Amino acid sequence: MTTTTSAPTTTTVLDASGVTMRFGGLTAVRDVDLTVNSGEIVGLIGPNGAGKTTFFNCLTGLYVPTEGKVAYKGTVLPPKPHLVTQAGIARTFQNIRLFANMTVLENVLVGRHTRTKEGLWSALLRLPGFRKAEDASRARAMELLEFTGLAAKADHLARNLPYGEQRKLEIARALASEPGLLLLDEPTAGMNPQETRAAEELIFAIRDQGIAVLVIEHDIRFIMNLCDRVAVLVQGEKIVEGPAEVVQADERVIAAYLGTPFEGAPGAAEAAEVEAAEAEAQSTTEGDDK
Amino acid sequence: MTTEIPMDKSTDTVKVSTAEATPIIPLPHAAARGLTVAGSALALIGTFLAWTWTEEFPGNLTVTGYPGGLQVLTLVGSVLTLLFALSGYGIRGLGWLTPGGKNSPVLLAALGVFGTTGYAMGAISQELGGLVNLEPGAWVSGIGALVALIGALGLPVDQPYGAGEAAPNLWGRIRHSLTAPDPGRAKELPSWAEILIIAGGFGVGLYVFAYGIGTEYSELFIGFLIVAAFGFTAVTRAGLLKRLSALTAKHRNVTLGAAFAAAICFPFTQSNDQFALIGANILIFATVALGLNVVVGLAGLLDLGYVAFLGVGAYAAALVSGSPASTIGVKFPFWAAVLTGAAASLIFGVVIGAPTLRLRGDYLAIVTLGFGEIFRITMNNLNGNSGPDVTNGSNGIPQIPDLEIFGFNLGVPHDVLGHELTRSANYYLLMLLFTAIVVMVFRRSAESRIGRAWVAIREDETAATAMGINGFRLKLLAFALGASLAGLAGTVQAHVSYSVTPEQYEFAGPVPPNSAFLLAAVILGGMGTISGPLVGAALLYLIPAKLQFMAEYQLLLFGIALMLLMRFRPEGLVADRRKQLEFHETGQLDVPEDKPLPEGATGVAKAGA
Ligand SMILES: Nc1ncnc2c1ncn2[C@@H]1O[C@H](COP(=O)(O)OP(=O)(O)O)[C@@H](O)[C@H]1O
Ligand SMILES: [Mg+2]
Repeated sequence: MTTTTSAPTTTTVLDASGVTMRFGGLTAVRDVDLTVNSGEIVGLIGPNGAGKTTFFNCLTGLYVPTEGKVAYKGTVLPPKPHLVTQAGIARTFQNIRLFANMTVLENVLVGRHTRTKEGLWSALLRLPGFRKAEDASRARAMELLEFTGLAAKADHLARNLPYGEQRKLEIARALASEPGLLLLDEPTAGMNPQETRAAEELIFAIRDQGIAVLVIEHDIRFIMNLCDRVAVLVQGEKIVEGPAEVVQADERVIAAYLGTPFEGAPGAAEAAEVEAAEAEAQSTTEGDDK
Repeated sequence: MTTEIPMDKSTDTVKVSTAEATPIIPLPHAAARGLTVAGSALALIGTFLAWTWTEEFPGNLTVTGYPGGLQVLTLVGSVLTLLFALSGYGIRGLGWLTPGGKNSPVLLAALGVFGTTGYAMGAISQELGGLVNLEPGAWVSGIGALVALIGALGLPVDQPYGAGEAAPNLWGRIRHSLTAPDPGRAKELPSWAEILIIAGGFGVGLYVFAYGIGTEYSELFIGFLIVAAFGFTAVTRAGLLKRLSALTAKHRNVTLGAAFAAAICFPFTQSNDQFALIGANILIFATVALGLNVVVGLAGLLDLGYVAFLGVGAYAAALVSGSPASTIGVKFPFWAAVLTGAAASLIFGVVIGAPTLRLRGDYLAIVTLGFGEIFRITMNNLNGNSGPDVTNGSNGIPQIPDLEIFGFNLGVPHDVLGHELTRSANYYLLMLLFTAIVVMVFRRSAESRIGRAWVAIREDETAATAMGINGFRLKLLAFALGASLAGLAGTVQAHVSYSVTPEQYEFAGPVPPNSAFLLAAVILGGMGTISGPLVGAALLYLIPAKLQFMAEYQLLLFGIALMLLMRFRPEGLVADRRKQLEFHETGQLDVPEDKPLPEGATGVAKAGA
């Protein structure tokens, strides 16, 4: 599958410049610039602990970056997660963070929060607009569930979905906020090859709806298939950026990240190791956002 | 009720006849059932005989031919046992009684009979000094209850062990024998029949509740608790409750209407003002608990000082009530007093919430605990000595006049429909209006964009903010809404109790509502549900009120009860579907109710199972 890079009129959706995030003495992200244009799928790769998730957290306001600024379609975003989502950036989490005890449909409806207005009075008094807005929200949420293939499970609790479907639900929930940019943090982690391929299709379909995508991934093949442009983060610094083939051939990348040239593709055992290490890093880092 | 819920005959027979369905006491099936029927019939006959010779034991159990007091409870229990046991014979017209478990309800009902009869015999011997005080009637019932229990223990279990599964030890087997499969889906009935069933269900509920409140001595209340607890569990295991809740879920507005109709009927069942007062106090407690449920159950904010909001509302209402002890000395009409109380609580809620809601989890609990105490101490100190004189300090504001609404004085008895409604009954009905408002607010806010955002925050605040929810604002909204609901209840409470004093609003104390009991009512009843806190509050109010002889041990017993509950039923008495799934992993994925299948399909599915 090939990708088309240039949409007729390209605008910059995301413009992050000089983003730096320090935790005490540790600089997790150092002076990273990154742009994402409309119609693009951009990949963000790098070894474990390189600062990819931290960078995402800076973009979405979960962390307040020590330095640098993030602009979405020309406006600088305040570092408040709900305002970032309101502006049009939605995300998924590396360690799935669904509302476990809500139903699948309810999860997506929560995603609609910023795009609906009905307040408490409207709900209590059941003002005329209430039913209409509620029905419209439901209809839209069901559409998204159809789109991600979860419609049949609308009434199940999110916690009871199999892993792969939980990842899909996170995407559906993020899409519910009608974003212009979708940030995916390792969307295929823990998926089998078929599921990974399905996820690929899904991401292309999302891009075709006019939503730019920035995706963190470990699966090189996946990144190569998917992305128009790839940025490589190593120890918090962006060392290379460019088309997939160029990045893949870059020796700094090979040295820092791949270890061996791509032809000797990373084995299953290695991938599993990466997984485990990542999970561990996650448990120590994600516990205390903010 | 005469309506028969048709049921499917195919489900039971398959399971009962399996070889692994070993009972606790190995008896032939026919003998076991025969013993149960005979035993419960014997227990029933015994209730018509004298149990003791003297009227010294309360309830007058000396009359032959007419059961009274504790005998009535044994009677009800044995009728229930008998019905469930006979239903197991496949007698036409009784099948609807046991759509779920067949034999566990029999066992539970028999346990109830045995428990209450045994308790009655024990209490008689103890109070009158020896077994000699028991008349033959007591022995007839007692032996009958024992025989029925033995028979019931000999019935096959409802959920046979799998072929390879090793049977656990005795305790495990007994616990297992009390479990039952869920009932299959009921056949569709005409709407009017379903509504009639709902009405009947609430009628029974009202009767049981009114009976419990009306128990005049603690022996009867304990007997009542035993029968009610086992009877309720038996009815649950039989699958009747599931059937009923399926119906109530289908006709939600009818259900709400029926519930309130039943609640309105309550004061008409009581001629004693004291019992009506218990009813009114339960409603106040329950309403505040439901308000707390918005904060704790929906938004997941642990508030340990919630009773302060009730206090703010009550103090505000007392100050504008025209009480001679009020330092303001104005008299607002009731509607204005209600708004004042709610507004004062709202403001207090926002003032406390704004700085504290930025904290998470445990910190919030501790800070709210602190604010709850600060409120009480402040009310104590605004006495003219250690501060300006606003609240008369520990004397509180006494002599709050009775309300007069549209010329209707709530302080004096009125004749309505030939029944005299006492002062407390009047307030009960007024409070019921407020309960209805709070139920409505809870339900409507829970089923809206705002309610979903609250639940999302409770589930995962980080993810919720990443979905565009302004966590702080919504938490503040929940907090403020909860506060104003408590304030509403406070305005009525001030009038019901004639006076407000700081001691009424402690963290923990012997008389509910206080913060600890409110939280317990929510958790015990079932977080996030409407009926849970209502049930929890009723129990938590009624049990201490009725069992005053154990006042010293009250908190201890309360603690033990909570621990047992958390061990065996962590989701609370009334579980919402989510909690049920959360705490009792069934090993299978949650399969929600499908849309009703066509007639034939159900049968096929059943036969295949
Ligand atoms: N909240 C935090 N506090 C301290 N250190 C953190 C925090 N979040 C991330 N880090 C550190 O930042 C580095 C980058 O982590 P992360 O962004 O999760 O890497 P990646 O997603 O690329 O695997 C790690 O060394 C991690 O320990
Ligand atoms: Mg990461």
